[in-house]
Amino acid sequence: MKKQLKDVHERHLAGDLSRRDFVKYCALAGVAAGLVGGPFSMMSKALAQGSIRFDGWGGTTSQAFRRHAFDPFTKATGVRVIDGEFGDMDTYLTRVIASFPPGGEFNLAHLSGVFDYARYVGLEFHSALDESKIPNLALVMESMITPYRKITPNALSAVPYNLGQTGIAYNTKYIPKEKAEELGASLLWDESVRGNLGSWGEWRTNIWYAALHTGQNPNDIQDIKAVWDALRAQVAMVKKYWGSGAELMSLLAGEEIHATVAWSGRVAHLQSEGYPIGFLAPKNCYSWQECIFVMKGTDLNVAQQLLDFMLAPEASIAVAEGQMYPPSLDPSKVDLPESIRKLPAFDPTGKLEGYLFADPIYWNSKQVEWAEQWDRIMATS
Amino acid sequence: MKENKLRPWLLLSPSLTAVFLLLVVPVLFVVVYSFWLRAPTGAVIPAFQFGNYARFFEDLFYPTILFRTLRVAVICVFLCLVMGYVPAYFFYRSKSRYRRALILLIMIPFWISFIIRTMSWINILGTTGFLNHTLMRLGVISEPLSLLYNEAAVLMGLIQYLLPFMILNIFVSLEAIDKNLLEAARSMGCNEWQAFKEVTLPLSLPGVSAGCLLVFVLTAGTYLPPMILGGPGNEMIANLIFKRVIGTLDWPFGSAISVILLLLLGCIVWTYNRYLGINTLFKAFKG
Repeated sequence: MKKQLKDVHERHLAGDLSRRDFVKYCALAGVAAGLVGGPFSMMSKALAQGSIRFDGWGGTTSQAFRRHAFDPFTKATGVRVIDGEFGDMDTYLTRVIASFPPGGEFNLAHLSGVFDYARYVGLEFHSALDESKIPNLALVMESMITPYRKITPNALSAVPYNLGQTGIAYNTKYIPKEKAEELGASLLWDESVRGNLGSWGEWRTNIWYAALHTGQNPNDIQDIKAVWDALRAQVAMVKKYWGSGAELMSLLAGEEIHATVAWSGRVAHLQSEGYPIGFLAPKNCYSWQECIFVMKGTDLNVAQQLLDFMLAPEASIAVAEGQMYPPSLDPSKVDLPESIRKLPAFDPTGKLEGYLFADPIYWNSKQVEWAEQWDRIMATS
Repeated sequence: MKENKLRPWLLLSPSLTAVFLLLVVPVLFVVVYSFWLRAPTGAVIPAFQFGNYARFFEDLFYPTILFRTLRVAVICVFLCLVMGYVPAYFFYRSKSRYRRALILLIMIPFWISFIIRTMSWINILGTTGFLNHTLMRLGVISEPLSLLYNEAAVLMGLIQYLLPFMILNIFVSLEAIDKNLLEAARSMGCNEWQAFKEVTLPLSLPGVSAGCLLVFVLTAGTYLPPMILGGPGNEMIANLIFKRVIGTLDWPFGSAISVILLLLLGCIVWTYNRYLGINTLFKAFKG
């Protein structure tokens, strides 16, 4: 091959390379670049010996992972971690299903919500971790591990990594703190925000808050008609249903919307940049936890080693500071810095009592019916 | 003789293979999926049943969104035609030495990502965007106007995306018109307007019809402008397909909606061909 390249180079220098040959070699180079780079590169790299693929949310989170976990891990073990990114969980799951063999192109993923864990288990993408090989798992809040054990009692397929809340963000220039706290979830139905209200387009969050507004337990909604009626009333007040964290931040920062459901970490970012945005976690606020999920077919020895690295306090804290969501580390076992303790959704007790998480079985069983009904309400405003 | 018959097919075989593998096979996959079922976990179950199609028509929700999509597409075609004919005609008649550069300007938007182009409207039309900011600074308005997240904003995003297709189609068609015909019309007593009405306009219709069809089909299948610039109630059928496939992992139903859209657009193209003649498109491209 080297000799052939040299021959071509010499012919080129001698001006003896025909136009036809030039086009032929360009095409060959293009095909080679296509196979080595682009969509094939991640797969081929992940399949290569001594590497593992990790898919996450990108941006500052990925940078923190890279600096505090992946690079030290590669240095210590020689195993490279190949970074992949996704925009949201549903799109990622679609990619996993569409891969060949299904799930086979992926190893580790930063999944959101216990319901996602249940979905992956339901689709049989899960593996069985050996907890004895992840010593740092002992530092994690037991209250965050329990929900996963309920779904896979025999063995975990993920380790909890961080938690957060979908509360209410409001612009303090237009909505006083006292008013927001007095109204709670009903702030999202208050006439004063009509036309300046935002919401996430996702069905689960909207139904959750409509349940709170109608005085129901989101994990056991008895009067779904009241929820739909509340959502129909709210849709007429909404200016924009956002689709990503970046869009949420843009809408709030640009004052397009004055109140919206919002992810605690994103609001913390805006607050740190000086925007007049308050965060309200009303009673039974929507809490969620994220995990690092290990797909079926992954080299478990490498995966377990990496998970242990990621759960080490220095890596876990650095990542938490980057993404502004509290880590899964138990504050009673690990001395967490002030920067973590003041993050929204942080629980100093480590027991998460009073935090309400979505019941994965309940919500996953309603997904098709409720997601479609929600789309109908939103689309026919 | 036999070799001569085979030669065109041999020459065409790379293109035909590409079309077959990249277009026909995926469409067949979608058609097959549309008969399958979704399992409660989100997995798919092979089957042959028409439940997904029946679900589309079981009430007016999906047909209403489909009708809305067609309505937006027709409005978009009309606006693109009105906005596109004038610059295309200007390029055709222009004798400026900058004419080529001006035509190149039409192509420049294609060099920028469609998402970026669509998102840029937020900086222009947003509450704190350029337009509101300027109007408020000039004292024309005291409070920002709500210009985003409605159907007008969606149409603006669509027009920005599709207008070059319309202009270029019309321009190619106009360029094919022999300018001597205009001179002949003028020498026979026509004024500028009559020459345009009797000669230029009829001869440019192949380009107009090509542009209209292209804009219509592209609008009917687009989902980014409604997603980024639309508000509640501005979703189009492609947005619902996205939600069914990605949001609820209901690939079979998403496929059924796609097939219905495909059939509908196929019928429209067929009707268009029947009454306007698809060969006009080829004429337009041939120039």
